[in-house]
Amino acid sequence: MMFAGETEGMGIPRVAVGDWIETGFNWARSNLGEVFALMRNGLETLTEDWLETLLTWPDALVLSVIFALLAWMVRDWKLGVLTLVLMVSIIAMDQWDNAMATLALVLVATGVALVIAIPVGVLAAKSDRVSSAVRPIMDLMQTMPALVWLVPVVTLFSIGVPAGVVATLIFCLPPGVRFTELGIRQVDREVVEAGHAFGSTPGQILFRIQLPLAVKTIMAGVNQVIMLALSMAVIAGFVGAGGLGGEVARAIGSLDIALGFEAGLSVVVLAIYLDRVTAAVGDGSGILTKLLRRRRPAPEQVSATEPAGTDVPTVKNA
Amino acid sequence: MSAFENNPASAVRVQNVYKAFGKRPESMVKRLKDGATREELRSQGTAAVIDASFDVPPGEIFVVMGLSGSGKSTLIRTLNGIQPATSGSVEIFGQDITKVNTRRLRSIRREKISMVFQHFALMPHRTVGQNAAYSLEVRGVNRSEREKRANDALKLVGLGGYGGMRPDELSGGMRQRVGLARALAAETELMLMDEAFSALDPLIRKEMQDQLLELQQDLGKTIVFITHDLNEAMRLGNRIAMMRDGRIVQIGTTEQILNDPANDYVAQFIQDVDRTRVLTAGEIKEPPVALLGAEQGPRAAHRLMRQHQTSALCVVNQSRVLQGVVYEHDIAEGVAAGKETLAGLLKPMPAAREETYLAELMTAASEHAAGLAVIDDAGKLLGVIPRVTLLNAMADPTPTSSVQTIHQEVAA
Ligand SMILES: Nc1ncnc2c1ncn2[C@@H]1O[C@H](COP(=O)(O)OP(=O)(O)O)[C@@H](O)[C@H]1O
Ligand SMILES: [Mg+2]
Repeated sequence: MMFAGETEGMGIPRVAVGDWIETGFNWARSNLGEVFALMRNGLETLTEDWLETLLTWPDALVLSVIFALLAWMVRDWKLGVLTLVLMVSIIAMDQWDNAMATLALVLVATGVALVIAIPVGVLAAKSDRVSSAVRPIMDLMQTMPALVWLVPVVTLFSIGVPAGVVATLIFCLPPGVRFTELGIRQVDREVVEAGHAFGSTPGQILFRIQLPLAVKTIMAGVNQVIMLALSMAVIAGFVGAGGLGGEVARAIGSLDIALGFEAGLSVVVLAIYLDRVTAAVGDGSGILTKLLRRRRPAPEQVSATEPAGTDVPTVKNA
Repeated sequence: MSAFENNPASAVRVQNVYKAFGKRPESMVKRLKDGATREELRSQGTAAVIDASFDVPPGEIFVVMGLSGSGKSTLIRTLNGIQPATSGSVEIFGQDITKVNTRRLRSIRREKISMVFQHFALMPHRTVGQNAAYSLEVRGVNRSEREKRANDALKLVGLGGYGGMRPDELSGGMRQRVGLARALAAETELMLMDEAFSALDPLIRKEMQDQLLELQQDLGKTIVFITHDLNEAMRLGNRIAMMRDGRIVQIGTTEQILNDPANDYVAQFIQDVDRTRVLTAGEIKEPPVALLGAEQGPRAAHRLMRQHQTSALCVVNQSRVLQGVVYEHDIAEGVAAGKETLAGLLKPMPAAREETYLAELMTAASEHAAGLAVIDDAGKLLGVIPRVTLLNAMADPTPTSSVQTIHQEVAA
């Protein structure tokens, strides 16, 4: 059924795009069921059994201190103190376990997103053809209203955390690709030429020149990915992903203003923390980067004099 | 074949190289070969290099010179295949790099060719030492060995001890020394330098030029050097190729280009050249009209002067070592006084080495009517530069319109 009647007024045939897409998803579900089940199990194990368990295993206060130390390492003591205050406020709102569940989901989605996004971004930077093929897909993923992704994802993964991870993944992946492509394309052309001129292999060009020089831009992308993941993780609460999103969904269902705000504020707190920490890693201002740099050989003694100029030939009078 | 590879006549041999940028470069080259001009192909793309051919023998500094956009950078990039030639052959030490696979090309770049870039192209995330060691790292040389060799290269360019610093902590001149050290550390026989000194200010640039000449003398590398500055070209180059709109319009030595410009384009270029800073004493010296032996007397001197219509004579000993000069009026007095030897009549004569620039001869020449002598290290007389010759050499060989106007007025 290509054309199901006509559209209103204009005489343009009705194109059943939605039906086609639905058919596609149904086909995928009935034919690739095994694959989706495998992915579902994998994501469940990773998110719930490992990461969430790990994050809820230490005492909330202990983990807060660890987060604060991390912030101090990547930026300064001020961010450390801020982190401690923020984390304690989550504990005080009694949202700690939910926050950790959401954090686990965000971290897994971000991790998977980067594993996909960075290689795709690298390919897009290398080839204009890949770039122009990838761009509309990224646009589609990012501009399609987030809630729309939930339905097909649930049909493939059913209600639960894996569906939440996948929906989040789709939504947060594009900036990872875009920033990686941008970062690599921005690397000074002459520097890459120098790499080629000295006989570097493509791998050496990528890992010794392009990626190290693109790392700042890529980190800005990582920051975006995390922020988008966090916002989507809340929406994913509606498909049974639990965590703070689950609380928000529950609050809406029962018109519970207090619960809604407590969960919402916890999301804000997580967002602030993740944003500041990833931004600090990006510009490498903290002592962590300084410690990493220290490993390089220390500068030898710099001689006080500038390199000597050469003698200018003079006329010799006989 | 292998014997030829090991002992090729040319370090670089470029034959009929074309490079076009556009959707269909091959068809552009085909049209160029059929006689189309660069302008006719504008709509299809850019013909950056058109039918370039030249040979660079080992140990030569070959300069490619031309205005911005004339295709110099593209041409030099076809020599290591960073921009592969669309058509034609590029032989590097006998190996045609347009015909090898990428793997072989990489190994040729590693072993035979290094490059210095206009804007240094250092890797900002690496230390100076790691930058200098880059080529060795790519080749898989172990760490201690490459640190040692990178350090040696840094010392060669006067940056010993700077290895631990970062490029952004250095001045422009020092950064380009790092670029030079990176190329030297590769220990390749061929070095490509694309406007390597153009981004530096004039004083530093001169210093780098001197240093390059010195290094080249010690290391005997073959260098292809790109510049848009003719003074630089003439200071450095054994031979110069002049490029215009993608074509090489003249190849020659400094002298050939200065005295016999192939066309108006070249002539216009050399108008701005400070000839006194590119021509050397050796290039303009003349054989002396006559020589006087140191053991001869005033009477012989007088005879020689009359015979050759000259008012001064260079005096040399048996091994042709310059002793000085005698002037006509002194000789006349000596003859009148009945002197038997030149004692007391001999005057000092300013002498210069062959490699001295004309600029440095001016003062001496203005004070001595006999002009200058050109001598070698042992003091042997190689030739003389009369004042007229010096003035002629400094003047532009192309007749200027103002001179012609005067002639016409005189005629009228
Ligand atoms: N990668 C490229 N793609 C398209 N055009 C290019 C490219 N590189 C150079 N050109 C063009 O080729 C011509 C010669 O450039 P170039 O070799 O850089 O000249 P020069 O180094 O003498 O200034 C210019 O018109 C330039 O725009
Ligand atoms: Mg150029």
